[in-house]
Amino acid sequence: MSKVLMRQMAKNQSGTITAVKVGGELGRRIREMGIVPGTIITIQGRAPLNDPVALRVMGGTLTLRNNEADHIEIEVED
Amino acid sequence: MSAEFKIALAGNPNAGKTTLFNAITGARQHVGNYPGVTVEKKEGIYECDGKRLKIVDLPGTYSLAAYSVEEIVARNFLLQERPRVVINIVDAANLERNLYLSTQLFEIGVPVIIALNMMDVAKERGIAIDCRKLSDLLSLPVVPIVARKGEGVDELMRQTAQLAAQEREWRPANISYGEDMDEILLTMEEKIKAASFLTDLYHPRWTALKLLEADSQLREAGIRANKKLYEELAGKVKKISRHTMRTLETTPEAIIADYRYGYIKSILMQGVISHQYDINRLYTSDKIDKILTQRFIGPLIMIGVLFGLYQFTFGLSALPMAWVTDFFDLMARGVNHLMADGPLKSLLISGIIAGVGGVLSFVPLIMLMFMGLAFLEDSGYLARVAFMLDRIFRIFGLHGNSVMAYIVSGGIAGGCAVPGVMATRTLRSPRERMATLLTAPFMNCGAKLPILALLIGTFFAKYQAGFMLFLTLLAWVTALLTAKFLRLTILKGESTPFIMEMPPYRFPTFKGLMIHTWEKTWHYIQKAGTVILGISILMWVIMSYPALPAHQRQALNQERQEIINSTSAGSTHRQEMLSGIDRKEAELKLKNSVAGYLGRGLEHVSWLAGFNWRTNIALIGGVAAKEVIVSTLATAYSMGDKVGSDKGSLAQTLTRSPGWTPVVSLSLIVFVMFYSPCFITVVCISKEAG
Repeated sequence: MSKVLMRQMAKNQSGTITAVKVGGELGRRIREMGIVPGTIITIQGRAPLNDPVALRVMGGTLTLRNNEADHIEIEVED
Repeated sequence: MSAEFKIALAGNPNAGKTTLFNAITGARQHVGNYPGVTVEKKEGIYECDGKRLKIVDLPGTYSLAAYSVEEIVARNFLLQERPRVVINIVDAANLERNLYLSTQLFEIGVPVIIALNMMDVAKERGIAIDCRKLSDLLSLPVVPIVARKGEGVDELMRQTAQLAAQEREWRPANISYGEDMDEILLTMEEKIKAASFLTDLYHPRWTALKLLEADSQLREAGIRANKKLYEELAGKVKKISRHTMRTLETTPEAIIADYRYGYIKSILMQGVISHQYDINRLYTSDKIDKILTQRFIGPLIMIGVLFGLYQFTFGLSALPMAWVTDFFDLMARGVNHLMADGPLKSLLISGIIAGVGGVLSFVPLIMLMFMGLAFLEDSGYLARVAFMLDRIFRIFGLHGNSVMAYIVSGGIAGGCAVPGVMATRTLRSPRERMATLLTAPFMNCGAKLPILALLIGTFFAKYQAGFMLFLTLLAWVTALLTAKFLRLTILKGESTPFIMEMPPYRFPTFKGLMIHTWEKTWHYIQKAGTVILGISILMWVIMSYPALPAHQRQALNQERQEIINSTSAGSTHRQEMLSGIDRKEAELKLKNSVAGYLGRGLEHVSWLAGFNWRTNIALIGGVAAKEVIVSTLATAYSMGDKVGSDKGSLAQTLTRSPGWTPVVSLSLIVFVMFYSPCFITVVCISKEAG
């Protein structure tokens, strides 16, 4: 098990969110979509220019930009 | 007289809220705006067991924080208007995430009934939900429905009416946010209760919770109500924030959000929900996405779809638009025939009929554009377009969704800024939306094309196609750079977070499309109609007054008389000579009018760009509508205003005129492209910008 930032995850890789390190509007927006510690996510794909990223959370698909994904720490299996 | 109860409809975007609202109220709905903002407010009436339910559709939100206009509007409605019941529509296939909003409704304490929508989709995905258990655990009614098919809607409304009939006090749910938070909440709540701090508006526990979440709206209200107590409470919040930052590296706000999800999980895990398959298994929708957002094929398909939308809108609307125009031409000719010459006739034809006709001729275009756009949005494809293009548009401080407004406005030459500006509604972020709104009119809309075609055809005949492509690219570059400039200056600020839901692909319902299209079109007719009429009358006045002085009119009449005397009756020669005089009169009239004076006055400045007074008048007219430029130019050059027949000769006149060179015409082209959007667009922009 090791901790990485969401940006570094590969397509189809899964992991468990351990921390969301941002406050303010961005932090709230991230959390209200269900990206909170303990949630399992899977990277579903990336846009043609590699940014934004699409991920599966709780059975739905969300998109966010790489610089927003940088605030999210994930624990992944090695 | 039956009792009337106010009912609010709340839910996440994409949960099917609009579909449910349409299913409940049918065509009996009223669309307006919430006071002071551009957020749409829809109301409808439902009658059941002798009770009248007034249903208000709240904007779709994920939360009730005070960040976006939609959230503030939804929250203020709940707290100030105090509806009897909130129908909370929840997507059964996305239960966990959708209940986040519900939790915040429980915190406010308003009586809630849950409409568990898309039960069919959930079933298909192997998700089984025990509605009774959910209802027991939350102590509120839960009604399974399929809004698209109307299933369960009657039962939902029956139970809503029943709930509404009971007079109930608002009681905030007692959700735990962890030991630290619970403790401070209790102390704050007691202080708030003791001092009656904002208790006329909110429940003490809710006030405490919002202060702990550093809610901006509550801060303002708190300072106004009791500054001393507010500061005491804020001090407590600051202290606990420092503590959580030190021990947990996080803020109270984040902790509260985490516990809300914890609360949801704890309920769902008590046997409410069971999954037959792996929760993150890929569904049909995801398989479609594998192709539609694929690195290489995705953008190609997208270009095809956008081009298709463009073709659909402008191709299909051409004929009905021509009908509307023909109808108003016919009306003008009828008036011409029936009335005696005079200012009233001229006002009717050139002011009122031309103005109203101008507005209404856009209606077919706007209807089709909204239908196409609603289809893309409701089907879920628009979210994919934003996803694929966001990286490029973000460079210029815009959003992936800005592309729609640009293309419709004339990003593919020949569009129209009016529907383009209205298309910015799909943008949820205010700053990006404003930047798009203000720059979309730079695109080469259909009304600019005649003047561009005339000038290119006259002075750059050899390179027509290439030149047109160049002008299209020029429009894009200018619009994007201006947007960037705006985002660096007056619309400065962080880009709005892009966190967005990619809804599963769905086939839009016909009823939904029709209601959506009609609403938008009617809105346009109402708003644009009244203002444009006034402006077109104003334009008519400044282009017709003051009238020609008597001695000039006499001179013209004398010339006419001479022609009649010197030629034989009925000969084509006489006809031509006479219409020559008519054209001369039109030119003199225009030159003598307010617009003429303005045009000549502006010559002092405009000679720098190479424009003479005739061009200036045409440009003044062009502010009303770009279509007018060519015809006004023709009038100013005594060519008569029947553009169609005289186009060729107008081109010849321009080539012969000494002041016209390719350089001047290029400067005019650029000027026409960028100087000012037409009035209809201006009206739409100011309406959309609020």
